Amino acid sequence: MIITQKKPIEEVLALVEGAKTVALVGCNSCATACQTGGQPQIDELTKILEDAGKKVVATTICDYCCMNLGVKTKMKAINAANPDCVICMSCGDGVQCVAKNAGDKPVYPSNNTMYLGEAVKFGVWEESCRFCGDCVLGKTGGICPITQCAKSLMNGPCGGQKNGKCEVNPENPCAWIEIYKRLEATGEVEKITQVRESKGYGNFAYPRTISLRGKK
Amino acid sequence: MSLLKEALDAGKFGVTAEMAPPKGCDFTEQMEAAELLRGKVHGVNVTDMQSACLKATGLGLCIKLKQAGVEPILQMTGRDRNRMALMGDALSAAAFGIDTMLALTGDHPVCAGGDCKDAKPVYDLDSVGILRMLSKMEETGRDCGGNPLSGNVVDKETGEITDKSATPKFYKGASVTPVYEPIFLQINKLRQKVEAGAEYIQTQGIFDLDSFKRFMDEVNKAGIKTHIMAGIIPLKAAGMAKFMNANVPGIDVPQHMIDRLAAAAAEGKEKGIKGLPAKVGMEMAAEMIAKIKDEKLCDGVHIMAIGAEKNVPKILDMAGIAI
Repeated sequence: MIITQKKPIEEVLALVEGAKTVALVGCNSCATACQTGGQPQIDELTKILEDAGKKVVATTICDYCCMNLGVKTKMKAINAANPDCVICMSCGDGVQCVAKNAGDKPVYPSNNTMYLGEAVKFGVWEESCRFCGDCVLGKTGGICPITQCAKSLMNGPCGGQKNGKCEVNPENPCAWIEIYKRLEATGEVEKITQVRESKGYGNFAYPRTISLRGKK
Repeated sequence: MSLLKEALDAGKFGVTAEMAPPKGCDFTEQMEAAELLRGKVHGVNVTDMQSACLKATGLGLCIKLKQAGVEPILQMTGRDRNRMALMGDALSAAAFGIDTMLALTGDHPVCAGGDCKDAKPVYDLDSVGILRMLSKMEETGRDCGGNPLSGNVVDKETGEITDKSATPKFYKGASVTPVYEPIFLQINKLRQKVEAGAEYIQTQGIFDLDSFKRFMDEVNKAGIKTHIMAGIIPLKAAGMAKFMNANVPGIDVPQHMIDRLAAAAAEGKEKGIKGLPAKVGMEMAAEMIAKIKDEKLCDGVHIMAIGAEKNVPKILDMAGIAI
């Protein structure tokens, strides 16, 4: 899921400084799980805004702020309330999708979008994929060197680990030692000796569009 | 031809030193050290913003050293430059007659010693990737995008390069950390570096010859054929040794060396003599170098004096080494 964190409230209040009326759009997907864009956070932000002298004129929660069709429908009520601005409490993708459907109203984010992560337990999310576009997990014991190695090394570890921990963040294990241990456990250790070409980036010029319809 | 290659290929005991460019644009200190090193070593590594501390770029000091008659070894890390920038620097280096390089992954900007922590790390290529790229350039006469290098002759009809003599050739090296658990991973990466074109290897600083011998046994067992130069760090004080043990990956200074440095400090204090621990550190470095050479443990030494480059000729004298 896409992991989001709340922006400092001062930053959000500065964004809406000139507005008297505000509408809030939450997201029932990742941001609800991250406790950054569900109903409790909408209620919390409503109170903060009203304490700051703003009027919250409409709120809604989209199933997925990143799905245009659903957002379009939900935004009808928001636009009808004619707020001075909209705060979208989802990831950056959702903010952009909401903005496309907000007519002439400015749309501001209340969150920072952090990474694609795994919920390892309630309230804890670890970064797990960096969208490199050319998955190598089949060769690395299901552990991603692009994400779990701070240098995204493709050919084994640097010399920087100490006691199995990464030089960049000693709380993290060295990805390549973990990969080695995992490949040993699965009886595939020879995979670590295989040549892995450096990644090419020629096909990853953004923004990209993937379409099953053959065209955008 | 690379002076280091010439020496190692001829079976001579290779000796290299290392220096860092300044955090500024006055290279006087480096050039003074270079004067002392001329004729004493087969090459001087110029570090590439080691520990992710901002310095003048290595290519600049390499050019200065070359002009002063000291053979530079251009260290290239993938931390700050993508493949285009790396290859571009390699071509510029070649234009100045710099023909020896060392590929490293590079310390991450946010690692403990880093002093520009907001810098964006690049890591387009790791050490193996840098070596492969340069080897491929030498083999094909083409750049990292597959385009012919200028000066090479291309058959207009087939697009084949018929004369690639304008392609620069580098004596390429890499590093290895002998004190490493699990050692399989370092040996495997060493093999990859050698297969990617590394012809000589400088190790992380070693302090215990028995563990170094065990490492060399692993290299030999793996059938890896390359020239290995043992990394030597002359210690300056017991505190420095303890700090490195605690903070520098792959460094393991044995207690008896730390004790010797501490005893020297105590003696210096008692007799009112300054610099005794550093002198003892130089003696210990010289003893190791002499032993490595006498016992033919490897093909040479790489001395990392960390700011005390002027001591390197003295250490070599003490070890009885002349190139």
